[in-house]
Amino acid sequence: MSRIPNAFKNGTAFIGFLTAGDPTTEKTVEYILAMEEAGCDLIEIGIPFSDPMAEGVVIQDANVRALKHSTTTDDVFEIVKEVRQKTDIPLVFLTYINPVFFYGYEEFFKKCSEYGIDGIISPDLPYEEKGEIADIAARNDVDVISLIAPTSKERIQKIAGDATGFIYVVSSLGVTGMRSEIKTDLNAIISDIRDVTDLPVAVGFGINTPEQASDISKISDGVIVGSAIVKIIEKYGEDATDELKKYVADMKNACLR
Amino acid sequence: MTNGRYGEYGGQYISETLMNELIYLEEQYNHFMNDPDFVDELNTLLKEYAGRPSLLYYAKRMTEDLGGAKIYLKREDLNHTGAHKINNVLGQVLLAKKMGKSRVIAETGAGQHGVATATAAALLDMECEVFMGEVDTKRQALNVYRMELLGAKVHSVKSGTKTLKDAVNDAFRDWIANVHTTNYVIGSTMGPHPFPQIVRDFQSVISAEARQQILEKEGKLPTAVVACVGGGSNAMGAFFNFIDDEEVELIGCEAGGKGVDTPYNAAALTNGQIGIFHGMKSIFNQGEYGQIAPVYSISAGLDYPGVGPEHAYLRDSGRAKYVPINDEEAVEAFEYLSKMEGIIPAIESAHAVAHAMKIAPEMDKNDIIIICLSGRGDKDVKSIADYRGVDLGE
Repeated sequence: MSRIPNAFKNGTAFIGFLTAGDPTTEKTVEYILAMEEAGCDLIEIGIPFSDPMAEGVVIQDANVRALKHSTTTDDVFEIVKEVRQKTDIPLVFLTYINPVFFYGYEEFFKKCSEYGIDGIISPDLPYEEKGEIADIAARNDVDVISLIAPTSKERIQKIAGDATGFIYVVSSLGVTGMRSEIKTDLNAIISDIRDVTDLPVAVGFGINTPEQASDISKISDGVIVGSAIVKIIEKYGEDATDELKKYVADMKNACLR
Repeated sequence: MTNGRYGEYGGQYISETLMNELIYLEEQYNHFMNDPDFVDELNTLLKEYAGRPSLLYYAKRMTEDLGGAKIYLKREDLNHTGAHKINNVLGQVLLAKKMGKSRVIAETGAGQHGVATATAAALLDMECEVFMGEVDTKRQALNVYRMELLGAKVHSVKSGTKTLKDAVNDAFRDWIANVHTTNYVIGSTMGPHPFPQIVRDFQSVISAEARQQILEKEGKLPTAVVACVGGGSNAMGAFFNFIDDEEVELIGCEAGGKGVDTPYNAAALTNGQIGIFHGMKSIFNQGEYGQIAPVYSISAGLDYPGVGPEHAYLRDSGRAKYVPINDEEAVEAFEYLSKMEGIIPAIESAHAVAHAMKIAPEMDKNDIIIICLSGRGDKDVKSIADYRGVDLGE
């Protein structure tokens, strides 16, 4: 059974992202556990890719760091295995579709299920191409998390109607990265989604301050933060545990405000 | 309607943010291609501005020297801006303008597509920004300045391998942020649907003309059509109207670089595997675990780790074949055509010339080869001099 619903049982969920293997696979395990301890409700683990087209510079650089010492898909599964020995926190993969395709869909989702991955988010697999993995993922109890963008409009109905796990609302046009201001009318988008589904709705892209987290938590079920966390890892390298804990605790508190 | 698929290849593997825009682009494209005024306007631009139809030139000395098949050159190098790229760009920029966009962006490798886009943007009064890998801005510095002269802004892309694939990444990143004002004028038969189809359609003028011209000159179809393949736009254009003529052999020439048995090549159809990247399912050079591989070619325009989906399909179906041509062969062909016919070809096009030089002597005098001479080689003179160890004293 997917653990994803558990993430939304403790007020507005705080969802943190990091890139596997940045700075090392050992540290990724440690940082995931630290983030959980500080209040993270769900963790997105990025599988590093050579060409992360939907990412801004901060996460692009994390991919480069992880690939510099050849973090492989198998290494990422090992990270999951170690984390799973210590915690039941919901875990999802954030991955471009090619590494999954190359690994083999059957093999990949079988391992997800075996190692305890609850969902997959693929930024280059829109509704029209979901058929690539939908059945295999379902057979292995892995939720395929759907993204909804400010440009989705009438597409919301079919995307949300077909979704599993939770809905990932992309807050802004553009790539991932910290933004000082989010201008999209999120209320309207989220209300359209709620007309179609009871699944939790989480918002990501651009969020980095507790104020933003607090604002967004009032209209959504979850707040997703990637670049701000990766930036801390970039800055503190192998000594980021304390800073990560502090940041995650602040953000989770803001989500509950 | 192909639904954007060529067999198992193609598709729309792209951010949700762009999906409605791609659907809108397809609608608008279909609308305007059925609008006689749009078609007229485009045809007038192709004729009066780009200089179409391009010549189909009988390369007499080359034919006699090689002693086999009769060789014709489809002179896309004579188009305004010096390559086939203008065919596609005039169509796409005019479409963007009709769609009410104020800005176009493009990726470029050798700089030819960037120059063509900047040119069309100047002509049609659109804002233009071009993404070019830092490595390519250095080996094609003249084209960077050319784009700037034309009023475009050139972004030197410093991510990844700093070449064409990274320029494509950054162009998509820009488009995701500016989708309401901007059209991405993609330069090759690649990317998510409908781009491979749009670019192929606009480039198919090459084979529409060539087919008619060869029938007028020779009263029969060619034995083979040979073109270089990076993403594959000039080759798709050169092949398209011959696809139903089953007796015409279609041959694409990939960048073999320093050899297909070395890591230094860009021969996706020779060495690559099926994958999903840049919006399409196609064939890509990949490393372990599906990381996109760094590729190499002396030619910046062929230096791409994949190929358009329709080429992957034509290969699998056996309708076209693809061969690697290495740097040395391409440079020799570059020099050969210059001396033999007084035509300096683009180093990209020289890959096609090189293959014709291999097969022509084995063919009968009644056979005909059409080479798509996709661009002129002025831009390559310096890098060929470097390759040959000639100091130009710059």
